[in-house]
Amino acid sequence: MFTWDKRWEVVIGLEVHTQLQTKSKIFSGSSIAYGAEPNTQASAVDIALPGVLPVMNLEAARLAVKFGLAIGAHINKRNVFARKNYFYPDLPKGYQISQMELPIVGLGSLEIETDDGIKTIGITRAHLEEDAGKSLHEDFHGQTGIDLNRAGTPLLEIVSEPDMRSPAEAVAYLRKLHSLVRYIEICDGNMQEGSFRCDANVSVRPRGQEELGTRTELKNINSFRFVERAMEYEIERQIDILEDGGSITQETRLYDSDKHETRSMRSKEEAHDYRYFPDPDLPPMVLEDSFLDEVRATLPELPTAKKERFQSEFGLSLDDAQMLTADRETADFFETITKSTKAESKVVANWMSGELFANLNKSELELSESPISTSQFALLLDRIADKTLSGNTAKKVFSALWEKEGEVDEIIEAKGLKQITDTGAIEAVVDEVIAACSEQVQQFKDGNEKVIGFLVGQVMQKSRGKANPQMANEMLRKKLS
Amino acid sequence: MTITTLAELAADLDQGKRSSVEITKDYLGRIKASHHNAFISVNEDLAIGQAQAADAQRANGNKHTLLGIPVAQKDIFCIEGTQTTCGSKILENFIAPYTATVVQNMQDRGVVSLGKTNMDEFAMGSSNETSHFGSVSNPWGSEETKLVPGGSSGGSASAVSALLAPAATGTDTGGSIRQPAAFCNLTGIKPSYGRCSRYGMIAFASSLDQAGPMTHTAEDAALLLNTMAGFDAKDSTSLDVPAEDFSACLNDSLDGLKIGLPKEFFGDGLDDEMASIIETAVKEFESMGAVIKEVSLPNSHLALPSYYVIAPAEASSNLSRFDGVRYGYRAEEYNDLVDMYTKTRTEAFGDEVKRRIMIGAYALSSGYYDAYYSQAQKLRRLISNDFTDAFGECDVIMGPTTPSPAFEAGSRSGDPVSMYLNDIYTIPANLAGLPAGSIPAGFTKSGLPTGLHLITPYLQEAKMLNIAHKFQQVTDWHMRTAPNAISGGKA
Repeated sequence: MFTWDKRWEVVIGLEVHTQLQTKSKIFSGSSIAYGAEPNTQASAVDIALPGVLPVMNLEAARLAVKFGLAIGAHINKRNVFARKNYFYPDLPKGYQISQMELPIVGLGSLEIETDDGIKTIGITRAHLEEDAGKSLHEDFHGQTGIDLNRAGTPLLEIVSEPDMRSPAEAVAYLRKLHSLVRYIEICDGNMQEGSFRCDANVSVRPRGQEELGTRTELKNINSFRFVERAMEYEIERQIDILEDGGSITQETRLYDSDKHETRSMRSKEEAHDYRYFPDPDLPPMVLEDSFLDEVRATLPELPTAKKERFQSEFGLSLDDAQMLTADRETADFFETITKSTKAESKVVANWMSGELFANLNKSELELSESPISTSQFALLLDRIADKTLSGNTAKKVFSALWEKEGEVDEIIEAKGLKQITDTGAIEAVVDEVIAACSEQVQQFKDGNEKVIGFLVGQVMQKSRGKANPQMANEMLRKKLS
Repeated sequence: MTITTLAELAADLDQGKRSSVEITKDYLGRIKASHHNAFISVNEDLAIGQAQAADAQRANGNKHTLLGIPVAQKDIFCIEGTQTTCGSKILENFIAPYTATVVQNMQDRGVVSLGKTNMDEFAMGSSNETSHFGSVSNPWGSEETKLVPGGSSGGSASAVSALLAPAATGTDTGGSIRQPAAFCNLTGIKPSYGRCSRYGMIAFASSLDQAGPMTHTAEDAALLLNTMAGFDAKDSTSLDVPAEDFSACLNDSLDGLKIGLPKEFFGDGLDDEMASIIETAVKEFESMGAVIKEVSLPNSHLALPSYYVIAPAEASSNLSRFDGVRYGYRAEEYNDLVDMYTKTRTEAFGDEVKRRIMIGAYALSSGYYDAYYSQAQKLRRLISNDFTDAFGECDVIMGPTTPSPAFEAGSRSGDPVSMYLNDIYTIPANLAGLPAGSIPAGFTKSGLPTGLHLITPYLQEAKMLNIAHKFQQVTDWHMRTAPNAISGGKA
């Protein structure tokens, strides 16, 4: 908890640019693949030669509608492209084609989990636009190079209401959005490559005051960690000014992650007059109901619905269901396993959140890169269910699977980990333990219940972990009663 | 020397009387000998190469009507490998790496591109005096009385009128085909918005620009439009309608044709002599069985103010790409980025272009948008509705193309508003997206051509050409040769 909580209320709204996963650019046929040699993915349209014209890539509209439907938003079936005019070398036409008055996605919302429970964050709008190119300041001996490969890449700018009241809520919203766009497969979410970028509008006001304080816009906060730190810094800066009797200047500020500070980029007076007007090269986009239906049919089960189903269908706790539905890969992984194993869903959940995630984290791997396949994982859990393995021996098999030493049954065989369930074999070990531990046997007989654990442990040790601990326990009790 | 039409050239080629190379070389020779400054560039090798290819295709049995016929192209169209300037210093050294769809359509049918014609800078002007490459003379003027050819397609009009090309392409944003056609005694057609692709045609005002033919006869205009028009997936405003043969009904009877004469087109400001020429022309139609009706376009006085907000607004944005960064002119010395932009655009744009960029940027700026741009769009709808109402009563609207005939060079270039008034009758059709044309209707006492303006309902170019053609069957104004046309040589 920060000190500002008592007197000041924080108000945050976010603008998130998500790069849509189309094959080609929004208004030309050029590829949008990342990392190509500069200007090799820039056509006549992308470099804005005289006389060229934009043609809308319908796939971008499809992905935007998919997002709109996923957040229960109003879809503007008639939406309009507008020109945002400003000069910059990496903006070839001298204007960006965007949407102003009639965006493709209207009002919707997203639920986030906060310390105080579920909170609904309003999403004002989401509009389609094209990305600009990149200015390259290195390697040109004081001059600037321009790479227009990125120019024309389709973006969906998702604008929230100023509904967040702390940096933590803003991060929760951002994570939820990040998960959702990947869930519905409209954006790869790669923040390093700029596929998911965030600007934040931050203001503070005295608690109880209705009117919003003057806001600043923070740019360049492109990781979850930076978002929170940048906002915390900015909030403290604003409160310091206000508490000293000063006032906030409406401006755009840049976050410097190295120095951990924000600094002014341009004030409201210096702000561009973008001279928006409807783009006469692109007639209004009119979406038919059949198109919306078609897109709706491609929507996967959404996180909230999935979370509820996981609880009811698999009897999972809210926490487990939440953890398993945080992203689509995890949910799919869980469902594949739980449907093909005899083990209980709860066991699957425990093994995923335990051994699997711990090992993935340690090796810095994504779930999709897991060395253990879903079928191997399912079989491993089967071997626990059919009592071939105990919890401990199963961990040994897991490690061997991780190291790709073979298939589940091969590993059990090779390492001799098959649990002993043969009564005679266990009885021999039990007798051996009773003979060797006379002191503890006496204590148990005198009524010290706890000692039974030690005796079972001895059986397990002597059987090198292979005896079924439950059977050993029962047999010890029977012989000592 | 007498006029040779496309139809005549096509017949000559078809009968093997002449080859495309012969015809092309003939026109290239005339261009070289002329002093009208009608062309900005002529690529002889390219033209002769295309002519040779056309002759070879004809030998192989290709029978397309205009195969091998040379046509002059307005320098607003990108043609791969050719200098494409749009009349501006900023594109003086720009070599287009691709070809405009309209030109490609023509080339695909074997039309030879003769050269690139002069024009007002970025098509902004009504006299061709704003071109960076110098003014163009009207062949209907003389050494003593130098007349403007009109604009912005002034080079195309002068070239065809001076017999330097049998036909030319033009573009029309507010009258840029029709006004020069009227001034130079030609047939000029602005098709319905969307008929001809705008891809590769350097944009002035995207919602108004439209390419069209400039020819001696309506028959030729139909032939040329057939090769220019067509749906183009590269232009989202292109009309996805089936291809049409614009020559199909040239000879249909005009019996019962209802001609609407808007009273607003015959009021103050119209030259008396021209009014009577138009009256006489209308009587010709009556004698062919047409019926005359007075109609009203009550909002037509709002066309000019609406146009001079919308066109500059779009232009201010369309011309932003000429920034010195990627191609075209860049100032030689500058201190920083903003200085580079400022000097580049200050040095390479002419006054009229700068004036319109400033008007447009102002009209779109925050706080003025509603008062200007939004308001102008509302007027545009009113003007469009006027036509819908008028066409409830008539089949074609007629009037003068311009309020006065060709004026003397330099006489209006200092007064933008008097220059803008030239387009007062032509602009409404652009705002409404309707097909419109100008055809020769007669001459003033001092021998200057007068244009009869025709406007038909949306997509009814064929009807308009039919009306024009029938008129040209009973008149010969369009076949009069300009006094300063090229002399000598073979026709």
